[in-house]
Amino acid sequence: MHELSVVQSLLETIESYAAEQKATTVTKVIVRNGPLSGIVPHLLRTTFDTFKEKTIAEDAELVIGETPLQIHCHDCKQEAQTMVLRFACPLCGSRNVDARGGDDLILERLEMDVDDDPY
Amino acid sequence: MCTECGCGSKGHLEIIEVEEKILAANDERARHNRETLDGHGICGINLMSSPGAGKTTLLERTIELLDSKFELGVIEGDPETDRDAERIRARGVPVHQITTGQACHLDAAMLHEAMHQLPLGTIDLLFVENVGNLVCPAAFELGTHLNVVLLSITEGDDKPAKYPTVFRKADLLLTKTDLLPYTDFNIEKAIREARVLNPQMKIFQLSAKTGEGMKEWIGNLHHKISKNYF
Ligand SMILES: Nc1nc2c(ncn2[C@@H]2O[C@H](COP(=O)(O)OP(=O)(O)OP(=O)(O)O)[C@@H](O)[C@H]2O)c(=O)[nH]1
Ligand SMILES: [Mg+2]
Ligand SMILES: [Zn+2]
Ligand SMILES: [Zn+2]
Repeated sequence: MHELSVVQSLLETIESYAAEQKATTVTKVIVRNGPLSGIVPHLLRTTFDTFKEKTIAEDAELVIGETPLQIHCHDCKQEAQTMVLRFACPLCGSRNVDARGGDDLILERLEMDVDDDPY
Repeated sequence: MCTECGCGSKGHLEIIEVEEKILAANDERARHNRETLDGHGICGINLMSSPGAGKTTLLERTIELLDSKFELGVIEGDPETDRDAERIRARGVPVHQITTGQACHLDAAMLHEAMHQLPLGTIDLLFVENVGNLVCPAAFELGTHLNVVLLSITEGDDKPAKYPTVFRKADLLLTKTDLLPYTDFNIEKAIREARVLNPQMKIFQLSAKTGEGMKEWIGNLHHKISKNYF
């Protein structure tokens, strides 16, 4: 369950961006999960929703974008994309392939409310 | 918009394009660890596997077989006990135990602290035995030069396909090959599926019990340390 460490790191990053902007609340957190990151989106979401309480991201919505696995087939010489973690060519079925794709979970974008004139 | 006191001050929605790895802070600490290792001329190797694949046994055999002109150090990540550390200490090798408790992986900060408990000045080769777990350790770079994943014959040949993340970033050590006659483990299949994820992967097959294949493993370590090739 390393999703916990990941969420702690994510919340630290959010806090520091929010402080920099003097935000009152963070409303949206948009991340992109690589197919080979080893992170389970569902677990990430439950962990985030548990640990965001009493932080600046308390009311934030977590949006998890998933990126496809890239398959390069050595037999039919085609490039293909698939959302399923299956290491075979979706076009010809060959298992003689290379699999590529993101290894990382990326924080893409933050949306936050900022007071223009807090005084 | 201020709705609290009616002062009329307006707020706005700020959108920040961050585009940053969420574990960037760990990566940064891992880079620092790498600099520390390089500064002392130490080759660092991170051993990962599911529980019981044979990491500590491999370390015991490696200590016996490694040329005595090279000095070893070991860092053990173990949930509760210091049994693995004791097994290494019994062989006269400096070892530091990280008790990980509920944590399912080591991270770069834990390794950093542990490294400074060892006599870095005298060590040539530092092994890190990660927590027995095929999933979580893979997400956390430690800063070692090499990641090695051990897959024991009794775990089944489908593990590279089922746990792709860890096999993506590591060399492969098929362990307990003495048990091949008793299982339906298909070595070619395991290797083929691992190479799909990591075509450059180096692969060793060995039995720490019979010693089969240990020569290649030790030879590779000698090569790395003596040539400073890591
Ligand atoms: N047959 C056989 N058994 C082995 C071999 N290597 C290790 N074992 C056995 O496998 C069991 C687990 O070995 P360990 O070396 O403790 O495994 P580990 O990966 O360090 O285990 P954890 O630290 O608990 O994750 C022990 O009973 C070992 O004796 C081998 O090459 N052949
Ligand atoms: Mg062990
Ligand atoms: Zn975990
Ligand atoms: Zn194909």
